[in-house]
Amino acid sequence: MSNTAKFLEMGYAILIFVAIVGVILFIANRFSGRKGDRAVASAFLAPTLIVLSVGLVYPGLRTVYESFFDAAGKAFIGLDNYSTIFTDSDEITVLRNTVVWVLITPFFATGIGLLYAILVDKARLESFAKALIFLPMAISFVGASIIWKFIYEYRPEQSGIKQIGLLNQVVVWLGGSPQQWLLNKPWNNVFLIVIMIWIQAGFAMTVLSAAIKAIPEDIVEAARLDGVKAWGMFRFVTVPSIRPALVVVLTTIGIATLKVFDIVRTVTGGQFGTSVVANEFYSQSFRADNQGLGAALAVLLFLLVIPIVLYNIRQLRASEGR
Amino acid sequence: MATVTFDRATRAYTGGERPAVDALDLEVEDGEFLVLVGPSGCGKSTSLRMLAGLEPVDSGTIRIGSRDVSDVDPSNRDIAMVFQTYALYPHMTVAQNMGFALKIAGVAKHEIVTRVAEAAKVLDLTDYLERKPKALSGGQRQRVAMGRAIVRNPQVFCMDEPLSNLDAKLRVATRTQIASLQRRLAVTTLYVTHDQVEAMTMGDRVAVLKDGVLQQVDSPRAMYDRPENVFVAGFIGSPAMNLFEIEVAQDGSTHLGSFTLPLPRDAAEKLTSNRVTIGVRPEDLRLVADGEGIPATVELVEELGSDAFVHASVRGSEGAQLLEVRVDPREPPTKGSEVWLAPDPESVHWFDTASGLRLSG
Repeated sequence: MSNTAKFLEMGYAILIFVAIVGVILFIANRFSGRKGDRAVASAFLAPTLIVLSVGLVYPGLRTVYESFFDAAGKAFIGLDNYSTIFTDSDEITVLRNTVVWVLITPFFATGIGLLYAILVDKARLESFAKALIFLPMAISFVGASIIWKFIYEYRPEQSGIKQIGLLNQVVVWLGGSPQQWLLNKPWNNVFLIVIMIWIQAGFAMTVLSAAIKAIPEDIVEAARLDGVKAWGMFRFVTVPSIRPALVVVLTTIGIATLKVFDIVRTVTGGQFGTSVVANEFYSQSFRADNQGLGAALAVLLFLLVIPIVLYNIRQLRASEGR
Repeated sequence: MATVTFDRATRAYTGGERPAVDALDLEVEDGEFLVLVGPSGCGKSTSLRMLAGLEPVDSGTIRIGSRDVSDVDPSNRDIAMVFQTYALYPHMTVAQNMGFALKIAGVAKHEIVTRVAEAAKVLDLTDYLERKPKALSGGQRQRVAMGRAIVRNPQVFCMDEPLSNLDAKLRVATRTQIASLQRRLAVTTLYVTHDQVEAMTMGDRVAVLKDGVLQQVDSPRAMYDRPENVFVAGFIGSPAMNLFEIEVAQDGSTHLGSFTLPLPRDAAEKLTSNRVTIGVRPEDLRLVADGEGIPATVELVEELGSDAFVHASVRGSEGAQLLEVRVDPREPPTKGSEVWLAPDPESVHWFDTASGLRLSG
């Protein structure tokens, strides 16, 4: 297809979109009064519902269905795919890695973000300091992964060969010998997790900093008069006051971590015992041609995310209703 | 228990035109209830916060007892503060709020419980100890804030407009409660308000501030009877004192329209120019027979039941001026009528217009 044709196609798509919105608005406009409100609401909701069901609900159900079939998607094999996930040693490594990711990332990212937010609060150059830690958020996961891949880069320890990875160069300077950070199991997982923490700490810092600033000055002063020192302020005033924000940050990062894919895909491709559920689901579906297992992994991921999402929504509501 | 001394204590914000608090000299006696009062921006809250340690002392010193606390951290000053917003910890129950300072100080748990229970009893909060502040009314929250202060049994109470978030009726009731509670506990108290009625009714002594400068410290009675300058005269008293500037004639007499008031000799000696400001309280003006005083037109009659106040306009040599006069509520003059007014010469306050200072009376 030539470029002109592509642009024409895009133009048609935009026109169709505008036409549909126009029709919705026209229909919505014809109704009025209390009955009209419902009609207007449904006129706006209907397209969303249609798109949702075509794009999300149907594929979701379809995936669940396919997870009961074999690699080719032909023969019904019941729960075999699921039992593979929980018995095959490679798949168990995948599960273990995901658990480690979810246990480590949210707490470290939130902890670092919280510490940073408290340290720079009301400091000089606060906004500059915050921009520094927030910047990783602006980089794509793939971009961040490539940056870190360079940091972890390894060159054999031979004369005439220089390390180009930052981490190994530092190790060499300190008198150590270079390591294959991304190959050595199981620590290579930790080095991948560091990338996620680096990205998410900025998000945690931003949200928590806003929450800290929302603590009324009076309460902080009252606490000081009540004899509270720095640690007591953190423990008895700051943390309880920002608890809702803390929970939202923890769960949001938790969800992102459960679904992590780009980092693993970019840095190791899931090799050397570093695969996680989302990456494994992709590999099985599109590389290993095992549709059934891929679908089962996708369903598992979905089931794992749901409770955190529900909890997250409830916390959001609670913090808004305050 | 202790005295509190401000010794030329000054707080100057960077970029401010003048210091927020300018060389404040003030002595609060042991167990005294001293009220800082003044219009907004006069530095009364800043003074209180300097004592509490929430604002630095830029020059001068503040002492509690004989101890210089100017550079002491607020947590080590043994001061309890009641905030205008109450500043209760929203995530703690009433009991936890009240016992928090003791918990931080490492007081034994059972003693905290006892002391919180005692304070709660005094403040009628016993039934609410397990509630969160969110579930309390404004008045109850105010009492919790008081409770948090008294549980600690500190050397000094600082109260920063603790009543201004209450409705009018509750404010009057709580006013009395706080004053009597303070008398009973006999803890030295510095109380900030912008409401001069609160200041007059609650304080053992009242300190009036304006633009960061202390104007006068006195008992409410003395403050009312002998205001030291025009500002205090106009600020203290409700309704406010009638103030008008007039020229002093060659012979030392002053004329209010056709009415002549002789300038007292001691006042004449202190006068620096030929202009004086005369102050007469509404209750010191009388309705007199026609032709005997100053003629005025009744513009408005305020009937309060126990009193009635007439707002009357006087056409002096320098334009019309409104006077407020207290009259017999049983037979107030009607609106629009002509009345004749005369001040009680004994009760006239004389001020030098140029300096604003009291001359005599």
